[in-house]
Amino acid sequence: MKLKQLESLLGNLQQFQNPKIELEQYPTGAHIASRMLYTAENSYDDISGKVVADFGCGCGTLSLAATLLDAEHVIGIDVDDESLEIASVNADELEVELELIQSEIKNLQWRGQIVDTVVMNPPFGTRKKGADMEFLSVALKVASQAVYSLHKTTTREHIKRAALRDYNASSAEVICELRYDLPKLYKFHKKKDVDIAVDLWRFVPKAKQES
Amino acid sequence: MRLLTHNMLASNIKGVTNGFPLRIEPEKIIEKPVDFNPDFLKNMFSKIDWKALADASKIMGYAELPDEVPEQTVVESDEFLRKFHHALLEVHLEEGALVCPETGRRFPVNKGIPNMLLHEDEV
Ligand SMILES: C[S@@+](CC[C@H](N)C(=O)[O-])C[C@H]1O[C@@H](n2cnc3c(N)ncnc32)[C@H](O)[C@@H]1O
Repeated sequence: MKLKQLESLLGNLQQFQNPKIELEQYPTGAHIASRMLYTAENSYDDISGKVVADFGCGCGTLSLAATLLDAEHVIGIDVDDESLEIASVNADELEVELELIQSEIKNLQWRGQIVDTVVMNPPFGTRKKGADMEFLSVALKVASQAVYSLHKTTTREHIKRAALRDYNASSAEVICELRYDLPKLYKFHKKKDVDIAVDLWRFVPKAKQES
Repeated sequence: MRLLTHNMLASNIKGVTNGFPLRIEPEKIIEKPVDFNPDFLKNMFSKIDWKALADASKIMGYAELPDEVPEQTVVESDEFLRKFHHALLEVHLEEGALVCPETGRRFPVNKGIPNMLLHEDEV
């Protein structure tokens, strides 16, 4: 599938109807989501034919991008049932298979090393401090091949250090820097859009023993 | 929920040591055909917990998988791979529950989505 086509399919998805502030519910725009997954597939071969998990899947944009790029089995996980229902409708609209699980990321118990790749746009941790790091540490335990994630550029050094030193990553690279348009979803945002710099990361976990 | 997903999930309740496999209580099962990908299946064969898959498949009404773990060479058989494919990816638990084998706690499955949220005292 061409990048343009992927972006336009993602652009038609339904997004959060009543975003919940405490869960940092804002969608990954079609522009960023399509580039993120397209790069994972075309530069690194991490999507097609793989088992992919999407942490904090919300309405499923990243998960569905993975299925459109021929991932074999995609699992979206989110705490919020309303978002999961929308994700499920989005999957039906696109006529693709998407597995969904309602859970806190940190509380899910995984067996074996079946997940190849984790993709995520985690809460940036502006509402609940450390939420981004919690997602990253679990992702590096669950993935056997790679983790793709978005983090605020201001946290770059911190992320790199934590990933390599504490979370068992063998490499942590910023693939590109993006502008993230946080739409004015929340009343406390005064300006119309808040445009922040975010990094697209690729982490590689160290090889694991079979559990 | 596919049985591949079932094969990767364990009970997550505090203190539980043997939370796998979750027992399936099926209320509604559906089948959705998907493309057959032999390379993917061969790769999965070594990662799957066979007994959990074969038991789950039987409970879901598909009893074509052998109980004993087959030899690795079985993946060269197209007939085997097609059955494995069907059990792993095409049979879905649409309504029902997953039950923790140690505590009996039920995790409901609605519209194919397992609710694995824990109560405060289970974390
Ligand atoms: C920034 S949004 C990203 C949404 C979606 N991935 C997308 O790309 O549009 C973060 C998502 O994480 C979910 N979330 C927040 N905290 C969570 C937690 N502890 N466990 C699981 N999901 C969580 C929210 O409900 C929200 O859907």
